[in-house]
Amino acid sequence: MRRPKEKLIEKLLAMSGWLTILTTLGILVILVYESVQFFADVSVWEFLTGTEWTPLFSKKEFGILPLLTATLLTSVIALLVALPIGLSIAIYLNEYANRKFRSTVKPMLEVLASVPTVVYGFFALTIITPFLQSFIPGLAGFNSISPGIVMGIMIIPMISSLSEDALFAVPKSLRDASYGMGATRFQTVFRVLIPSASSGIIVSIILAISRAIGETMIVAIAAGQQPNFTFNPLVPVETITTYIVQVSLGDVPRDSIEYRTIFAAGMVLFIITFVMNNVSLWLKRKYHRQYE
Amino acid sequence: MNQLIAKNVNVWYGENHAIKDVSMVIEPYQVTALIGPSGCGKSTFLRLFNRMNDYIDNFRMEGEILINETNIYDPTVNTEALRKKVGMVFQKPNPFPTSIYENVAFGMKIQGMNKKSELDEIVETSLRKAVLWDEVKDSLKKSAFSLSGGQQQRLCIARTLAVEPEVILMDEPASALDPISTSKLENLIFELKKSYTIVIVTHNMQQAGRISDQTAFFFMGKLIEYDSTKKMFLKPTHLQTQNYITGRFG
Repeated sequence: MRRPKEKLIEKLLAMSGWLTILTTLGILVILVYESVQFFADVSVWEFLTGTEWTPLFSKKEFGILPLLTATLLTSVIALLVALPIGLSIAIYLNEYANRKFRSTVKPMLEVLASVPTVVYGFFALTIITPFLQSFIPGLAGFNSISPGIVMGIMIIPMISSLSEDALFAVPKSLRDASYGMGATRFQTVFRVLIPSASSGIIVSIILAISRAIGETMIVAIAAGQQPNFTFNPLVPVETITTYIVQVSLGDVPRDSIEYRTIFAAGMVLFIITFVMNNVSLWLKRKYHRQYE
Repeated sequence: MNQLIAKNVNVWYGENHAIKDVSMVIEPYQVTALIGPSGCGKSTFLRLFNRMNDYIDNFRMEGEILINETNIYDPTVNTEALRKKVGMVFQKPNPFPTSIYENVAFGMKIQGMNKKSELDEIVETSLRKAVLWDEVKDSLKKSAFSLSGGQQQRLCIARTLAVEPEVILMDEPASALDPISTSKLENLIFELKKSYTIVIVTHNMQQAGRISDQTAFFFMGKLIEYDSTKKMFLKPTHLQTQNYITGRFG
């Protein structure tokens, strides 16, 4: 027979678990509820294919594409910065650096991820943008390249750290096999280690993109608030997250169509990151089985 | 002549003196077994011949290892080229997580050979030499992990043979295999010694007795006795050897 105290503790633990699930469900319900009302006024087709986003103007257009392309553009720039650097760091730490260097540098890199994003935002606006302007003529004060680069720096540790874990998990016996066949270090890294760790590396990339897509502060500060439908990294753009901030801070009346746009935009953001996180989870499970 | 010669070899891992002044001559086209209790230095000694100890921290060695009269620890020696001549089969089967075909073709590909017809041919001959061809010829594209442990180990041997080595080092290659796979592997080793010089580390006395021509007994980093397997098993000179072989310790 179990004592009542044990039972109480069990209940409390279960409750905290349910609390997080209910919170998530609550957010989802509100997102869906408000979005459904939004789509009663605006057709899904118009929303997904329209190239103008002007809900706050008198002539209202509800095409999400400018926000979506801005989000993708900044994220892609971030990835272009973070992937080569992050992966190089992971390879260096795992295969070239000695153990002591690795154990010192790895936590230091993770500090990059703990810098408040508002600091990154101002870093992009006040240092990176002027620096880029010194050799890119015509670069606007607000643009997507500068916050993209800074976001890239922010997600480097996600890629380097998770990829390094994946490389570390490759059994030593595979390294032995490769070196034993006369492979060089470089060949061992690129023909054996990276392919063997590929699913782990892909997981790190997906999580990093997902982080970049959801990032708000950096782009809100340095990318501007103009929903331009463009892939030009030199002009101001507005990402989904920036738009949500803009509206939430403004004085848009509740239950108006303008108010509901943020839920529709939030829904898009939620779906993208939800899908990506699940793909990465699925890959992670797949690769944990690989060597069993 | 592909004699392997160790001259006054000493090895340290940090403070630990793992191999103590070992000299021995390993004859070509024979199977030489290295036996001894755990930690006696036999695996370390084996791995000297393809310089796989180079990757271990604090590894330090003195003396000479000669293959074809070249000291392989000379700074001018290219270790990658050395390891193509001196192949290695490890304790646990360690195929790459790719297809059977890709596993065997790996060694040729890293040497820059990409012609499919040539690769096909080498993959087939190597798998035939490793007596695995008939079992896998219809499933070359399948994952190497779909094979049994014994088949995986023969695949690893095929992979080693594909780069045409002269010497094959085997580090307890049967320790993770069941008895039937082990006997297949031993038959294979018997076939291979016609064309290759084989050095094998084993924990299994019966195995050493069955497959080797020469046996070397190591104890606490020293080479205690080295002679023909027959003499070692019937009339060892040293008491320690006799005790170990008859199972009194180890």
